[in-house]
Amino acid sequence: MLKMANSFPEEVLEHVFSFIQSDKDRNSISMVCKSWYEIERWCRRRIFVGNCYAVSPRMVIRRFPEVRSIELKGKPHFADFKLVPEGWGGYVYPWIVAMAVAYPWLEEIRLKRMVVTDESLELIAKSFKNFKVLVLSSCEGFSTDGLAAIAANCRNLRELDLWESEVDDLSGHWLSHFPDTYTSLVSLNISCLGSEVSFSALERLVGRCPNLRSLRLNPAVPLERLANLLRQAPQLVELGTGTCLAELKPDVFSNLAGAFSGCKELKSLSGFWEVVPAYLPAVYSICPGLTSLNLSYASIQSPDLIKLVSQCQNLQRLWVLDYIEDVGLDALAASCKDLRELRVFPSDPFGLEPNVALTEQGLVSVSEGCPKLHSVLYFCRQMSNAALLTIARNQPNFTCFRLCIIEPRTPDYLTLQPLDVGFGAIVEHCKDLQRLSVSGLLTDRVFEYIGTYGKKLEMLSLAFAGDGDLGLHHVLSGCENLRKLEIRDCPFGDKALLDNAAKLETMRSLWMSSCSVSYGACKLLGQKMPRLNVEVIDERGPPDSRPESCPVEKLYIYRSIAGPRIDMPGFVWMMDEDSALRLS
Amino acid sequence: MEGCSSRKEEVCHQLLDLIPKNREWLVSRGEERSHGSSEEKKLELRLGPPGEDWSLKATSKSNRERDESLLSLGYFSSMTSVNISNNINGNQTHKCSSSDNPVGSSLNSPWASSGYQGKIQHTQQQAKAPSFLQFPSTPQNLPVIAKEASQTCCTKVVDLQNAEKKAFSPPSANTAVPNSSQKRTAPTPVVGWPPIRSFRKNLASSSSSKPTTESQNVVPNKIPGDKPDETCRKGMFVKINMDGVPIGRKVDLKAYDSYEKLSSAVDELFRGLLAAQRDSTTVGGFQKQQEEEKVIKGLMNGSGEYTLVYEDNEGDRMLVGDVPWHMFVSTVKRLRVLKSSELSALTLSSTKQDKMPLDSPILK
Repeated sequence: MLKMANSFPEEVLEHVFSFIQSDKDRNSISMVCKSWYEIERWCRRRIFVGNCYAVSPRMVIRRFPEVRSIELKGKPHFADFKLVPEGWGGYVYPWIVAMAVAYPWLEEIRLKRMVVTDESLELIAKSFKNFKVLVLSSCEGFSTDGLAAIAANCRNLRELDLWESEVDDLSGHWLSHFPDTYTSLVSLNISCLGSEVSFSALERLVGRCPNLRSLRLNPAVPLERLANLLRQAPQLVELGTGTCLAELKPDVFSNLAGAFSGCKELKSLSGFWEVVPAYLPAVYSICPGLTSLNLSYASIQSPDLIKLVSQCQNLQRLWVLDYIEDVGLDALAASCKDLRELRVFPSDPFGLEPNVALTEQGLVSVSEGCPKLHSVLYFCRQMSNAALLTIARNQPNFTCFRLCIIEPRTPDYLTLQPLDVGFGAIVEHCKDLQRLSVSGLLTDRVFEYIGTYGKKLEMLSLAFAGDGDLGLHHVLSGCENLRKLEIRDCPFGDKALLDNAAKLETMRSLWMSSCSVSYGACKLLGQKMPRLNVEVIDERGPPDSRPESCPVEKLYIYRSIAGPRIDMPGFVWMMDEDSALRLS
Repeated sequence: MEGCSSRKEEVCHQLLDLIPKNREWLVSRGEERSHGSSEEKKLELRLGPPGEDWSLKATSKSNRERDESLLSLGYFSSMTSVNISNNINGNQTHKCSSSDNPVGSSLNSPWASSGYQGKIQHTQQQAKAPSFLQFPSTPQNLPVIAKEASQTCCTKVVDLQNAEKKAFSPPSANTAVPNSSQKRTAPTPVVGWPPIRSFRKNLASSSSSKPTTESQNVVPNKIPGDKPDETCRKGMFVKINMDGVPIGRKVDLKAYDSYEKLSSAVDELFRGLLAAQRDSTTVGGFQKQQEEEKVIKGLMNGSGEYTLVYEDNEGDRMLVGDVPWHMFVSTVKRLRVLKSSELSALTLSSTKQDKMPLDSPILK
């Protein structure tokens, strides 16, 4: 078989390989034999780098000379919650500089949690002649000036997505930098921008781009402008509205309702900042076609949500604030049989007392009523083992289960027991679970379940849980597919970490903050495991000014073939061989 | 760039080969780790992690507990581990300060009489330094802990450390104590918890307008212009506090279009509370009630007892009325009604203070 394959001309194999999209499969192909490795690397157009410090741009370029699309991730996930200090790193500039020379035909850049400067954006704008897609998810460090450079120079740009990025919002005029001849826009997401955009520029842009499918506006776009935009782009599939705050006027309402009813293709709605509920019926006409609804910015109360959701019988994804309450989730379970993903965010995360009637019961109802549900993110204030058991039995299809009980270490509110058994049931029943976040009162026992049953688990988030090293040991020695493990405020220490050091090389990264890992253990790990980058992040000053047994503030460990990074700020110490020698 | 699944088996072998003492986790009784490679052994010796307690723990629990089915509730195991850790701490308290910690010593005794004493002693010595110094690594917990620890009297660091254990150990040890007092105490916000992105936090704080318990209780009198309908229109809510009034409020700036309307709203919002406040703290409330109307009315020209200031998006404190209304609305982050007498002590920009009377002719 192998011989026959080798007898194919390279072109044939290249063509065959071109049908294989998944990164995993491409990796497998490249490991078959040397010639496949060669052929595969020359025809790989798309690469994904899960950690920008795991490999250097130079190494990527040397192996894959013909890349058209790159996806890069920077900071650890916990950066989303401000656990990674400002200035930690994740700079994209070195990558752009290297790629500007090596990949003049690069078409797509997708970045997540990276620091993107205006300089980087300007370099992108002038280096890649056929640049088409720029996605900046949860990125920071750039301003609307950099966006203006992209708009002005990337004539073939199809997609510009600034999903949840922190943009320094200098002016809304950057939109007018799209040249009048520019018509290729397919997707625009500016929902994270704070300031007003130039409405006339926006309207002209929308008007002249016949292929525009996705438009997600920012809160600065007022309701009055929306109808006009919609009439210009009835082909839209995805819409994020701006602010929907306005006094209810019959003419505005009917104009909007008319504009919406003209958008027959709409499948996804989001936005609705500050929506006045009386305007919601304007979208009823398109509700039956909707598959995705993100109302997590809209403080719509339960009765209005119920009316809206009951119209959306083909809904597959719902993001919503907890204003939906248990009754709303009951209605969802009754009317949306196709639901695949549910996220319920807290409207008052820092309040001491519940401000809404949302409990574990809502999630139980949805798990009963929506047979296709496989992904959940749920914030609530009470949970019970019984409820988790029911959910697990109802819904063995979960691939993603993230439950956040807002108050740390909350026990089962019925029995006052730890929630070990409940989460244990989730991992036991949901064989395909890939992502899990646990919360509430948990002992080491839950980690025994997770280690035993979480065979496909790839990402695990732990907070305020466990009794000691044994918990971490169960996870590291058990979950064979674990890629990313993030832990905060758990009493896990040196022993569990050192005993499972080899496991870390099979994972993308491990984050531990406010745990019990000592500086000495970090040093040792860095010394013994040269392929791991062991970063001690400590804002209290140099860790060697404290005893070795002193626990480190934050620890980030990741495998890397690029060696220690060189852009560390003053509060990060890399535990490599040298430093270990130097310090010991 | 991700590792391939094909490497997994290999990796597992590797794991076992590299870390032979792995078994210690699973196999019982403080096995001599003679099968460990000398390098690994050295590794542990040099580090001096609290290794021995694991063999101890394994010894005590493995025989009984390991045989139980995985899903059964093995409280014994968690209890054991908790006891050990408390014990360590108790002893440590003992050593580091002369005072007796009740928790520590009571937990201490059964262990002291047990056959493992020697090992415990050993563990203590190892654990002492790290856990003493562990305190700074968990700063987020401290505010809550401090409350718990307030009665005990040993060295603060040790105390905190100990209290921290207390704070989360007892419930896990199958004591059916809900620890409700702990739940009730205001949990000082822990950085990054609950895990929501910062932009969502902003969203949440500016839009918690739900007319439920909170707002119903706290805002008995409707803000003028705020529609009294159930569903509550969305607005731009900003927190407002007043000197001498312990309860904060929120006002919807979208409900007003001028400083004048805001001023009267603030007046209406606090008049009752202020009166109640005075009733409860001083005598002659009725008389004051008369005064009050006048007093709260001088909010923006500095003539009254109170002055309305705000914190802008750069964190600066400014006088309300200085800038055009729409600019104010787009930069205001929170409002505060200050005693005018205390105003001079504040770091308000002097130019603005000078401008104030000119720029706020809106009110008499």
